[in-house]
Amino acid sequence: MFQVRIHGRGGQGVVTAAEMLSIAAFLVQRYAQAFPSFGSERTGAPVVAYCRIDDKEIRLREPVIKPDALIIQDPTLLHQVDLFAGLAADGIILINTNRSFAELGLGEFVGGFRPERLRTVAATELALKHLGRPVPNAALLGGFAALSGLISLASVIAAIKEKFSGKIADGNIAAATEAYEAARA
Amino acid sequence: MLKQIEGSEAVAQAVALCRPEVICAYPISPQTHIVEGLGRRVNSGELGRCEFINVESEFAAMSVSIGASAAGARSYTATASQGLLFMAEAVYNASGLGLPIVMTVANRAIGAPINIWNDHSDSLALRDSGWIQLFAETNQEALDLHILAFRLAEELSLPAMVCMDGFILTHAYERVDMPTQAQVDAYLPRYEPRQVLDPAEPVSIGAMVGPEAFMEVRYLAHAKQLQALERLPVLASEFKQIFGRDSGGLVRRYRTEDAETIVVAMGSVLGTIKDVVDEMRDAGVKIGALGVCAFRPSPLAAIREALRRAQRVVVLEKSLAVGLGGILATDIRTALAGVQLHGYTVIAGLGGRPILKSSLHDLFKKAGEDALEPVSFLDLGWDVVERVLERERQSRRSGPIAENILRDIGVVGATLA
Repeated sequence: MFQVRIHGRGGQGVVTAAEMLSIAAFLVQRYAQAFPSFGSERTGAPVVAYCRIDDKEIRLREPVIKPDALIIQDPTLLHQVDLFAGLAADGIILINTNRSFAELGLGEFVGGFRPERLRTVAATELALKHLGRPVPNAALLGGFAALSGLISLASVIAAIKEKFSGKIADGNIAAATEAYEAARA
Repeated sequence: MLKQIEGSEAVAQAVALCRPEVICAYPISPQTHIVEGLGRRVNSGELGRCEFINVESEFAAMSVSIGASAAGARSYTATASQGLLFMAEAVYNASGLGLPIVMTVANRAIGAPINIWNDHSDSLALRDSGWIQLFAETNQEALDLHILAFRLAEELSLPAMVCMDGFILTHAYERVDMPTQAQVDAYLPRYEPRQVLDPAEPVSIGAMVGPEAFMEVRYLAHAKQLQALERLPVLASEFKQIFGRDSGGLVRRYRTEDAETIVVAMGSVLGTIKDVVDEMRDAGVKIGALGVCAFRPSPLAAIREALRRAQRVVVLEKSLAVGLGGILATDIRTALAGVQLHGYTVIAGLGGRPILKSSLHDLFKKAGEDALEPVSFLDLGWDVVERVLERERQSRRSGPIAENILRDIGVVGATLA
């Protein structure tokens, strides 16, 4: 079983990101379970959502305590929330920022991690460029597809289309695609 | 058709397939997404002549459901927590009048302190209201149980609650197999009411009944629940024939055959329990689980049969009979009258406290050593409790408990679990 924890703030589409990730996994015939951290969501407040992916039915209902991957939609949370709790030293970390891990002050912390599993993507900028709104979730899923290899870009695009339509879907798909290319580079 | 959707949406789609004629509801978390989904379908015309009635309170929601059902309409509503308590008088009326309303309860704690998260306090508070109460383990079962509930309720002229864990199921995206309209139509016939308010054939419903007949009317409500006990396994087996899967029924056993320890629970926590059972089985521990789907009527004989050969039973429940211990545990004890075994009640997950696999491992290990207290509280913060008690010893004007605790533990904007 592969477990993902997504951190962000209310209004950034954190819960929707987990839901789309589960749809993307479902579309490639895997079992997936997505759920929010059940808070009273408010704009700007820290929000956590989870996604589990497996080849068999997922029965476990506890929050994701030991994630295999972290998606951090808002780097300002670094100073507010224990984002890395439970993450294994070979885990995946994807952060929405135009800075590097070192510039975020994480250079030392990620020293023991596998570099090919660490990536930053300027997802908010991509969202502003393609969508006109600072909602980085879909772009980050594009980046996550490239970084993890767990889901394909095509399934991310299909998941976006299930959740959105029209211009919003198009903008999110463009942002996800560019993030995918950027994260693969 | 396989779909990856939210639990609430799955229930909305299933209720829509049941061809409801009147839906009314008052919004309350975590039930709201269900009736929003149904509202959209009524608005789009997908549900034909079905009427969606916005009401001013939960009391009104149940009252309108009663009226609609008495007029012969297939009626549905949904609520949770304080909403259920607010409609309590009408909930009793619905069953007393024998009206087969189906209601989703997206199980949520009851305040004070106010809490939007999951436990089973709400529907269990109305356990004696005369409604059938079926508990779903997964979103698949939640949607299946609605179809089954309409069938059972209308057959017996008795209202039914489908209870699903708030947030944990209602807000979870997972794979469900959505039946076709033809399958649901084959399983659920047109509603043929036993009593109907019809101007062409006038009757009155809701007479005052004095001491001369009240007990008989009440006994008949009990007798109907006992009929439900007989019908539930039959309806589950017919369900399997049409839909191809096990849903509903009375109880469900998991690896109980030679189990020395059996854990009894209701709802979504059974999934986590099964994972722990598998891991402990791999380590050679003879442990199993018993899921109670039908909470009301209480399947005493089926519970007794499933448990009587075990050495010990752990009832893990998301409810607390304050001043007693367990609610489900009390039922289980009734079922086991005369059977000699160790019985433990564990109160867990109140107000959304996560029930962790690691905690269950510790708990079941302790149970296997018969080192549990008769009633215990999973992952209770004893230091927090002690601090409050000490404060109360020190000062008469110790202040409000909940607010003091929040200050003690330094609640911040985000906690992970």
